[in-house]
Amino acid sequence: MSEKTSILNLPEEELVHSGSRACSGCGLGIIYRIGLKALGKNTILVVPPSCLTVLQGLYPIASTKLPCLNVTFASTGAAATGVKAALNALNKKGITVAGWAGDGGTSDIGLQSLSGACERGEEFIYICYDNEAYMNTGVQRSGTTPQGAVTTTTPIKGKLQQKKDVPAIIAGHGINYVATCSAAYPLDLYDKIKKATTIPATKYIHAHTPCPSGWGFDPKYTVKIGRLAIETGLYVLYEIEYSKWRLTGPSEKLLNKKLRPVRDYFEAQTRFKSITSSLISQVQKQVDEKWAGFAS
Amino acid sequence: MHIIETGNVAAATGVKLARAQVVAAYPITPQTPLTEKLSEFVESGKMEAQYIPVESEHSALSVCIAAASTGARAFTATSSNGLLYMSEQVHWAAGARLPIVMCVANRAVGAPWNIWNDQQDSISQRDAGWIQMYASDHQHIIDKVIQAFYLAEKMKIPVMVCYDGYLLSHTYMPFEIPDEAMVDSFLPPFSPDYALDPGDPQNLNTVTLPDVRENIHGDLAPGYMEIRRSLHEDMRCAIVELGEIDKKYYEIFGRGGSPYVEAYKCDDASFIAVCLGSLSYHLRDVVDALRVEGIKMGVSGIQIYRPFPDQALVDVLKSAKGVIVLEKAISYGNQGALFADVKAALYPVKERPFVHNYILGLGGREIKTIDLYNALKDSCTASEAKVDTPRWIGLKL
Ligand SMILES: Cc1ncc(C[n+]2csc(CCOP(=O)(O)OP(=O)(O)O)c2C)c(N)n1
Ligand code: SF4
Ligand SMILES: [Mg+2]
Repeated sequence: MSEKTSILNLPEEELVHSGSRACSGCGLGIIYRIGLKALGKNTILVVPPSCLTVLQGLYPIASTKLPCLNVTFASTGAAATGVKAALNALNKKGITVAGWAGDGGTSDIGLQSLSGACERGEEFIYICYDNEAYMNTGVQRSGTTPQGAVTTTTPIKGKLQQKKDVPAIIAGHGINYVATCSAAYPLDLYDKIKKATTIPATKYIHAHTPCPSGWGFDPKYTVKIGRLAIETGLYVLYEIEYSKWRLTGPSEKLLNKKLRPVRDYFEAQTRFKSITSSLISQVQKQVDEKWAGFAS
Repeated sequence: MHIIETGNVAAATGVKLARAQVVAAYPITPQTPLTEKLSEFVESGKMEAQYIPVESEHSALSVCIAAASTGARAFTATSSNGLLYMSEQVHWAAGARLPIVMCVANRAVGAPWNIWNDQQDSISQRDAGWIQMYASDHQHIIDKVIQAFYLAEKMKIPVMVCYDGYLLSHTYMPFEIPDEAMVDSFLPPFSPDYALDPGDPQNLNTVTLPDVRENIHGDLAPGYMEIRRSLHEDMRCAIVELGEIDKKYYEIFGRGGSPYVEAYKCDDASFIAVCLGSLSYHLRDVVDALRVEGIKMGVSGIQIYRPFPDQALVDVLKSAKGVIVLEKAISYGNQGALFADVKAALYPVKERPFVHNYILGLGGREIKTIDLYNALKDSCTASEAKVDTPRWIGLKL
């Protein structure tokens, strides 16, 4: 990353009003506030149904100061395409278009329209905030729910399947920029979104977003949980800029260092209450192998 | 200029003349040649528009919804399962009050797979809040597409222009292409009251409560029900507006005069057949044949199905002895949807005609002139009104 933003030179103007309808301690609250600062005022947002719809408020009051088109669940990628197509047709230049969707709206029902847009190389930034379940409808499993997590549709044994690797799927389209980030490292997120605004065609940013209500931890630990995900090496921060992959920020610093055991992360959240020791060992092995690969 | 071309080309030419700015479509038989033609227009530079080759119909209408919300004139087209696949967006476009125009080349819906013509696809979307126009020939298609943009933008309601798959979409017919400059004088550029704009940020289609709610200034803003009622009210106003548009179009292009119902030999008719689409022209031959035999028959082709032109239709039908509604669609477990609508429109008439219902042509079953002739003759010579149950023309088993 060329320039690192510090808390001192973050833009002061808030683009999200205070007093949103999100739960206290919501990780989305952090990334939305900081993410909109990075996008800037000359932006049009596209949002499908999700916790973000609720955060944005109920008609006729809105908590976002940017123009925003609320769209159907599956259509974010296509709707962002349509906004940009209209701006092009009307010869309105220099306006950033950004889709903001949850993991369900991205990895499951919205994957098709996002894939179509990436393949066509549409000009917009797509930000997926991954709280690892359908939170808006009451914590049902999604494609990105991690293995072992209890949700209301995996209520007893926890999810049996692995988390879908959405950034890798999107990277498979060969788009110019794919990055992962975390609500626990908002300045890293800020810099990545900022960078995305300077790169042409489709950009994809996947943000790990702790959710106290859905994951089962005290709202005051949102950042702590988010950091644990990085410090255990479970969740990796990287960017793929014009096909070049590299570890970034907090994850880069962990290279060749001893990672915290994944058990610490699982034990801090009630959603992993039914996870077995053998699954924890299995995940630990996967993480160790993944990081061994990064080191070589 | 007159040319001989297909219905799909007539539609594409209308879209080009209307200067649609964003076109997004996904191929499906029998709409496909329309999509191909538009992409050719755009790629060759004959049409200045953004053409988005989307990955599905759901996305096609999503692109149009977003483009119209951003202030561009948007067009899409589909048929059959494509229309059903975008159904969520069909409702959304109407609720969001976006003046999108969509052509539907009518085709049967699966299962089983069938690519031939009937009208079940668009009829099944009847209650989505779109204006639905039905064309009887290629001239209708091109004229209605141009008028549809005007009507949609005036009323802030999306418009479907429906035409029979194959029978119109793929057949060659002569039609006049309206002069470009005259179309420009008829249809001004799209200028919405509001659009997505960082200079004037608005949050569109936010969650809206069942009840009314105060805005930050303390003024009451509508709840969901007020918003939906205004869609209904504006739909009713669209009937009047269509009459005005038809007059204006007639003054400029010399075509029009029957925006609601195209009546053929209905003035003195004792019996009137009623239908949607190209069937009304097919029936003209049958009307002529029956008249030779002394049966005073007429036929009315309904031009706009939603909003329903009840008053105009009643004016045509009220002095007839019998009305025969022929439909290429059915409301399963009940009767033809148009049949129910025609009966409802006639209900306030004191001495109302009997109304018969025939279902025909489903999945492209051939509609033989002789079968139409026999069915109409049977209805006219029946001593009394028959039961409501629809009868079927052309069944073989
Ligand atoms: C077509 C459709 N299916 C289902 C829903 C119901 N629904 C609304 S939000 C949502 C879950 C959203 O999950 P995600 O995208 O992960 O966002 P989150 O709520 O977790 O922030 C679902 C299932 C819907 N609105 N539309
Ligand atoms: S459920 Fe989770 S993601 Fe949704 S608002 Fe609450 S904390 Fe935020
Ligand atoms: Mg989610």
